[in-house]
Amino acid sequence: MKQIWIITKKELKGYFDSLMAYILIVVFLGLSGFFTWLYGSFDVFYINQATMQPFFSVAYWTLFIFIPALTMKQLAEEYKTGTIELLLTKPVSDWQVVTGKFLATFLLIATTLALTLPYYISIASIGPIDHGSVLTGYLGLLLMSAAYISLGIFASSITSNQIVAFLLALIIGVFFQILFGIMSGAFPGTIGDVISYMDMQYHYHSITRGVIDSKNIIYFATIIMAGLMASELSLVKRNIN
Amino acid sequence: MDISVKNVTKMYGTQKALDNLSFEVKTGEILGFLGPNGAGKTTTMKAITCYISPNEGDILLGGTSVAKSPDLVKKSIGYLPESNPLYLDMPVMDYLAFIGELQGVSKEIIEFQVQKMVRICGLNLEKHKKIGELSKGFKQRVGLAQALIHDPEVLILDEPTTGLDPNQIIEIRELIKEIGKEKTVILSSHILAEVEATCDRVLIINKGKIVADGTPESLRKEAQGKEILKVGVNANDRNDVFTSLQQLPEVDLVSFVDDSKLFEIESKVGMSSVESIFRMCVDKGWFLTQLTPVEKNLEDVFRELTK
Repeated sequence: MKQIWIITKKELKGYFDSLMAYILIVVFLGLSGFFTWLYGSFDVFYINQATMQPFFSVAYWTLFIFIPALTMKQLAEEYKTGTIELLLTKPVSDWQVVTGKFLATFLLIATTLALTLPYYISIASIGPIDHGSVLTGYLGLLLMSAAYISLGIFASSITSNQIVAFLLALIIGVFFQILFGIMSGAFPGTIGDVISYMDMQYHYHSITRGVIDSKNIIYFATIIMAGLMASELSLVKRNIN
Repeated sequence: MDISVKNVTKMYGTQKALDNLSFEVKTGEILGFLGPNGAGKTTTMKAITCYISPNEGDILLGGTSVAKSPDLVKKSIGYLPESNPLYLDMPVMDYLAFIGELQGVSKEIIEFQVQKMVRICGLNLEKHKKIGELSKGFKQRVGLAQALIHDPEVLILDEPTTGLDPNQIIEIRELIKEIGKEKTVILSSHILAEVEATCDRVLIINKGKIVADGTPESLRKEAQGKEILKVGVNANDRNDVFTSLQQLPEVDLVSFVDDSKLFEIESKVGMSSVESIFRMCVDKGWFLTQLTPVEKNLEDVFRELTK
């Protein structure tokens, strides 16, 4: 656990030293703030209701684009510069490296989301808000981010080219974000059910509506674990070729 | 801490990088690792440092198996990988502290250790710069510093002096020698003079197998075989000298060197012709200008063994 934390600290510091973190925070707050308060046909004033739903819908898509940009360098750059050898010959396991990096990106996203709490406080002060659904909304965003971070690290673990890692993470993401939802309609019966279960929006929306079902939690936990384990496997693969 | 490599075989696809390789290194020994490109030097080092696992065989560090408890083994190793990879966007001090923490250096002494490494490796003026801003020689020093930060029992250095200027090379060699007194050091290099200057023992490998093992002197002697002398004789007729030299009982072969009065003499196996050449010149009243043994250097040994 200590080793994981050492890596997490270093990666987090890297995000803040390279401006990456500040850009993310400013752009994310700007975009989500704009759509929540100002956009017009969509914002809280237009809906005339004290709700965080506009924010959650915008955040869902913004994070979908931002997360691959954060994870693309995680392992790809280590491969390219050879520092992966340096890291793995220290007393850390492959798993600790992967989870350390995962945790760093997750904490950065969590910090960014924490900075949107003023939105919540302002909306709560202008009308009655459903506190439960805000809470589950944030939970949904965190789970969804964790899932995409995990997939993003996997994409970064199979190439030494950051651009490839970014695009690959987006392509994998698009399947979970949209394509599974569309495809499920095309397949009848059990196959359709399975594919629609893979659709992330379905799980995300059911959580943000305030319903926390174990099947949603299991869905996200499975993607997170699968992504991390696949990344670990591609690190172990250095022994095979 | 002793290192023992036992019957290690490593395959890359169908290519055998290490072929049933076995050797031992004792505490306080500095082992020089020589071999042509692709001989398996780096692969061996990667296997000892737990970066890759061999297909067969095992490596023991002080009795602990690399395959079974890598985390324990990694703690006692300081490793400088081949191309000296570094996190270029980290400042020197932060980087050393990060590696120290990973290596389990306790919080109380980590600051002290970082300062000590900065001093030993001569990084004082550069310590607040980002690693990416340093010149190659200073990067190499940072690489060495990170390998030494936790005071490891075993030091593994893959070409430690590339990119350093001659003064730095001597400093680093001295440093390695100093460390090597109580620790186990393995270093690879393609500079033979360096291996000769620093190492107690030399291991030459080729195609994943050991082809020579011994002190630099013993290797040279082994390869020497016959005594070769360069002889200069000041006499009127050099053909006369030539025939006289050839008649000596110990001499096997005489040849002219250039057009001057220099000869190269190969003695018969196990014999030395130095004395009889001297006596002959005294008897004939010739003036001896030169009598030098031609020593084979490590380079010749290397070339013969790895051709």
